[in-house]
Amino acid sequence: MIVLDNVCKTYSTGVSALNGVNLRIRKGEFVFIVGSSGSGKTTLFKLLLKELEPTSGRIYINSQNIGRLRRRRIPKMRRGIGVVFQDFRLLKDRNVYENIAFAQRVVGKPAKVIKETVPQMLALVGLADKAESLPGELSGGEQQRVSLARALVNNPPILLADEPTGNLDPANAWEIMKLLEDINKRGTTVVVVTHNRDIVERMQKRVITIDKGVVISDEKGGITNDW
Amino acid sequence: MIGRMFYAIRQGFKNIGRNRLFSLASVGTITACLFMFGIFYCIVANFQYMVHAAESNVGVTVFFDETVTEDKMLEIQRLIDAREEVSSTNYISADDAWENFKQDYFADGDEGILAGLDQDNPLVDCASVQVYLADTSRQAELISYIESLEGVSEVNASDIIAESFTNFSRLIGYVSLGIILILVFVAIFLISNTVMIGIAVRKEEIAIMKYIGATDLFVRGPFIVEGMTIGLIGSVIPVAILRALYPMVVDFVLEHFSILNRILTFMNVNDVFNILIPISLAIGLGIGFIGSYMTLRKHVRV
Repeated sequence: MIVLDNVCKTYSTGVSALNGVNLRIRKGEFVFIVGSSGSGKTTLFKLLLKELEPTSGRIYINSQNIGRLRRRRIPKMRRGIGVVFQDFRLLKDRNVYENIAFAQRVVGKPAKVIKETVPQMLALVGLADKAESLPGELSGGEQQRVSLARALVNNPPILLADEPTGNLDPANAWEIMKLLEDINKRGTTVVVVTHNRDIVERMQKRVITIDKGVVISDEKGGITNDW
Repeated sequence: MIGRMFYAIRQGFKNIGRNRLFSLASVGTITACLFMFGIFYCIVANFQYMVHAAESNVGVTVFFDETVTEDKMLEIQRLIDAREEVSSTNYISADDAWENFKQDYFADGDEGILAGLDQDNPLVDCASVQVYLADTSRQAELISYIESLEGVSEVNASDIIAESFTNFSRLIGYVSLGIILILVFVAIFLISNTVMIGIAVRKEEIAIMKYIGATDLFVRGPFIVEGMTIGLIGSVIPVAILRALYPMVVDFVLEHFSILNRILTFMNVNDVFNILIPISLAIGLGIGFIGSYMTLRKHVRV
């Protein structure tokens, strides 16, 4: 599903963010990518979304070499990846329903489909009664649920989450993780970039550790390395 | 597709609403620019109209050799008339010339002096063809053509008048083009700034759209609508004002400067605005499109 083949990324400033990364994430997996600040996690996240181009190496998503993708094909590629951010990135002037519907409007879904799907997503993330609320009226955990619903509303096969629990208290963080686990059980491949050690240890999933742009460990069942 | 188009239009109008002050400033500037353009156009169009009217009075007179028959003269007239740069020709026979002369110089009743001359026209060899030009810039070319015709003895023309008219028209054309270009650049710059502010305000939304998989067109659509709407409003206002003012100004000038009535022949209001309205709207929409598109190309890429 996701393959990185000897990927290097050096910024124009000369900073080397990734140095020969090889990864293979299969369909339906739940993977944590961990590492300290500046380890290259965020660069990897941006490469997967084709927000950045690798300096060398190849990246395949669903068997497609995204390095060869034409610019006008990028939106279609991104529609296959749901994205969740640490700071939620919700539209503050639109209510919960509109925030989720927005993702469907962007990809041109008909109004009828939107009316059916959005309530289903709200129910999935446990916010059926908050459809009319504005993001500012919700707690951090609730906002992250809305963000999750928005990421999943177009039914992408892959979900990328960048520090999804970074702004949450431990209880809310755990709830979000359990929600991600549920989503993964429904068949979505989930990749979570984080440095929340507690969560990673409790989840007991595959953990890829990056340090100074190099994969230093790739283990199943939690953390075995320090970072 | 239609849904996305409506989305772009709706969001475009929302952008204008959110960005009210800057939108208003842009509309105001485009209005001012196109108002000046409109005034300039009215002046230039009317001036050219007057010049054209004056040009049609600038003629070339062709005289013939003594041996040339009237039939040959009329044939020469036909040849000249067929030329592209010629607007009209007028054959003046020797008898017509004598009649004109009498009217011009002896109109007061001294006809007795001339009575004996009617039988023996003193201007017997003075038949001519009066040629009026459609394009005075080609007068020299026409003269050399006429001179090359067999039977033509002399061609009289006023080179200075023709050349002055041509040069003045050209100067006006260049000056107006220069001013219009400057105004268009100013307006594009302003639209671009307004759209840039809109982009800055909606930076987060644009970033989210990109991550969700929005196409360039989807992201840019509302801004293009915003720019073109501002351009359209900015062009409708000055055209409407000018349309209302034009007849009043013409009436005022004709009333208060009646001494110039013989020189000043103004264009009909419909003739001016049948051209000015589409040009202004096209410029407004064009400025809006170019201003927003340039900014989006630079700042909004998927």
